[in-house]
Amino acid sequence: MATEAGQLAKGGAFLIETTSEQNVFTPEDFTQEHLMIADTTRAFVEGEVIPNAERLEHQDWDLTVQLLRKAGELGLLAADVPEAYEGLGADKVTSALITENITRGGSFALSHGAHVGIGSLPIVFFGNEQQKQKYLPKLATGEWIAAYALTEPGSGSDALGAKTTAKLSADGKFYVLNGTKQFITNSAFADLFVVYAKIDGEKFSAFIVERGYEGVSTGPEEKKMGIKASSTRQLILEDVHVPVENLLGEPGRGHVIAFNILNIGRYKLAVGCVGGMKAAIEAAVSYAKTRKQFQTEIANFPLIQQKIADMNIRAFVTESMCYRSTGEIDKQLHGIDDHTDGQTVAKAIAEYALECSVQKVYASEALDFVVDETVQIHGGMGFIQEYPAERMYRDSRINRIFEGTNEINRLLIPDMLLRKAMKGELPLLQAAQGLQQELMGMLPQPDTAELLGEETHLLEMAKKTFLFVGGTAVQKYMQSLKDEQEILADLADIVIEIYALESALLRAKKTAARGKSADLQVAMVQVYAREAFARIEAKARNILAAMEEGDVLRTQLAILRKLTKFQPVNAKVQKRAIAREVIEAGKYLA
Amino acid sequence: MNIIVLLKQTFDTEERISVENGKVKEDGVRFVINPYDEYAVEEAIRLKEANDGTVTVVSIGPSRTEEAIRTALAMGADEAVLADDPALFGDEFTAAKVLAAIIRPRAYDLIIGGNQAVDDGSGQVAVRLAEELGIPHISTVTKLTLEGNQLTAHRDAEGDVEVVTATLPALVTAQQGLNEPRYPSLIGIRKASKKPLTHVTAADLGLSSEDLEPRTEVTEVFLPKPKEAGRILSGDLSEQVKELVQSLRSVDKVVG
Ligand SMILES: Cc1cc2nc3c(=O)[nH]c(=O)nc-3n(C[C@H](O)[C@H](O)[C@H](O)COP(=O)(O)OP(=O)(O)OC[C@H]3O[C@@H](n4cnc5c(N)ncnc54)[C@H](O)[C@@H]3O)c2cc1C
Repeated sequence: MATEAGQLAKGGAFLIETTSEQNVFTPEDFTQEHLMIADTTRAFVEGEVIPNAERLEHQDWDLTVQLLRKAGELGLLAADVPEAYEGLGADKVTSALITENITRGGSFALSHGAHVGIGSLPIVFFGNEQQKQKYLPKLATGEWIAAYALTEPGSGSDALGAKTTAKLSADGKFYVLNGTKQFITNSAFADLFVVYAKIDGEKFSAFIVERGYEGVSTGPEEKKMGIKASSTRQLILEDVHVPVENLLGEPGRGHVIAFNILNIGRYKLAVGCVGGMKAAIEAAVSYAKTRKQFQTEIANFPLIQQKIADMNIRAFVTESMCYRSTGEIDKQLHGIDDHTDGQTVAKAIAEYALECSVQKVYASEALDFVVDETVQIHGGMGFIQEYPAERMYRDSRINRIFEGTNEINRLLIPDMLLRKAMKGELPLLQAAQGLQQELMGMLPQPDTAELLGEETHLLEMAKKTFLFVGGTAVQKYMQSLKDEQEILADLADIVIEIYALESALLRAKKTAARGKSADLQVAMVQVYAREAFARIEAKARNILAAMEEGDVLRTQLAILRKLTKFQPVNAKVQKRAIAREVIEAGKYLA
Repeated sequence: MNIIVLLKQTFDTEERISVENGKVKEDGVRFVINPYDEYAVEEAIRLKEANDGTVTVVSIGPSRTEEAIRTALAMGADEAVLADDPALFGDEFTAAKVLAAIIRPRAYDLIIGGNQAVDDGSGQVAVRLAEELGIPHISTVTKLTLEGNQLTAHRDAEGDVEVVTATLPALVTAQQGLNEPRYPSLIGIRKASKKPLTHVTAADLGLSSEDLEPRTEVTEVFLPKPKEAGRILSGDLSEQVKELVQSLRSVDKVVG
């Protein structure tokens, strides 16, 4: 089965289908308008945010709010708000480009991101007409700043375990909220909080809480490891009378809102990581070109070049993946006439919940890798605050923790796949059965005449490997698979690797098909495909060894070997060449 | 009040210049509005906002110039004319002829250009255009005020300020410091794609081949010689002075 240009892909279907490169969105597909919006965002960051970095890092909240308003004047808060409420109703690629480029200004991006993302979107998607009219124009312009309060001291990953309560007042006009929310971004200055509480201690629901309501207060500012330019405090609710009309969505349906917002939070986080990686690469390359040891710039040492190549490749793969799924979401949304109906929009995005988790995990770990190498390239200076590397390193770490920890997201990936399979939305089990047959016979050989033919073959084999070990795990554990977290996480890693590799591969093919020079992209995919494939093989072996032993294991390992044969490339030479181009350009290149 | 802005698309000033086969390499290069022209666009939009009227951007250049034009439209200009017919490309002489032919039939009160383009840096086109149109011009302007049809401009005269007045219609060129150009807003960017952009060809302008014949010829394109390492003189002071005088005379021929 193959998806062709124009066809909508189902979430998760990439695991069993062949996708045509013409059917993926890539950064080479940005329109002129997209690029102009990216430019405006960059100009704003370079002109207003970076020059104020020091004050922002020292938590000058008046300045933060002032800059958010300025961003609002430029329209940088309005992309996701429909035109009917003074927003731009822009496509998701536009909103992703804003997110990516804002990140260049350090953790001011978190203040921006929490406002436009998790803060505003619950109302965009789940607000009723009155709520949207009342709040969205203010949020789109930055007159009001929003925050999102889900986490509590006693409930983080287990978000539905919230203890905050809501009780309908005797006159039926208010919900009275009591409880404490923890680690709330923007809480120092937010005018509006989307708060989750349980009506009568049971029905998990969302409320719009204005800062001005009596009984709303915040705790002291948390002392954080990184993202210091963002505000993080407790939100304390003491007998807060929230008008009943501020209940968001239906009572007891708060989880629907929470999960949908998480999906979006995840893909936006990933896009933000792309911006972070590009900024780190610039910092690292610029340092490597000026720092001399042994009478030469350190950029001339092959080990430094290898790092730079690896960093550029990781950024390329993440970028390919992020804009592929963003483009996919836009395609889904394109079919919807009425974008004011937020729930339909949220549902279209939820189709790609799996991809959102995949890229959240991949991007946050890719950024951690890139900033770690950025510090390393700086040597001792990487440890000193004079250079941005030190801040980048600290700022990156949170991404693996919020918007669902990477552990939680890993567990979600196989879980979502199984659910889709059970509901008949994705013929995974059929595909796994079909594979059994195939494994008895001859496996297909790579088409070496085709551009990236070997890598395309590796991708296909990776998918078969997933079906093979995943299918075996499902058969073996059935319902109790959920208790085998290590196996689930390994399966998730294979899924993540497949989506990442496929996105990069399809992008390079599409660039080549355009007749543009795709040499760099092709080289990056050639190197990366083999590294990813080796990781996939190792994970698969782990999974099999965790499940079986003796002859059964031996047979299974033999099958795995059959699936995972590949020819290496000279990565040493390839990476030197990739690094040369990046070093010359002084920045991320694709 | 009808204002015309002269705009050229140039390399981003942060781009590295490399020369290949006697030409500046353009692959993968980021192009922007010539920074001086960006001041011109901003000034025109401010004047329009204060006095009503329209801002028309006029440009000569290949089709990629459209990007720069769209940015000017996104900042707030109303319409644009692009001469992207290669027959219209030449030197400062032909550029002035082409611009004059585009502008002459239009109603205009003020023309604003950049003081110079950061690529060729000739600083001639706008001034030549004023001559073609027979209107007064004031160059390197750092402040501009308008009262009725009287224009008062502060011009940067090699570090001094000259205050010059003129009667409209007139042409001025923008110097750094005139204003702080705005970033195009997202709404502006949206609207820009719907604003009129007219393409003109040599045939449309009815210029003679004489008019389109460049008066200059580029014979060679090369990069400046890389800066050589400096030399630190040693010895006692009088020796150093002696050596310095000698090298200024002989080695570097600074003093005859
Ligand atoms: C700077 C910052 C800003 C934040 N901003 C916001 C915000 O604006 N709004 C908001 O609502 N929240 C926010 N958070 C909270 C954030 O989303 C939570 O910290 C996160 O969800 C993790 O929850 P926790 O801290 O309670 O960790 P825990 O849930 O206690 O997790 C601890 C560890 O246990 C692991 N773990 C938990 N459950 C399982 C399981 N079932 N299986 C295996 N491993 C498991 C986790 O992966 C983690 O490694 C923010 C946090 C920080 C630090």
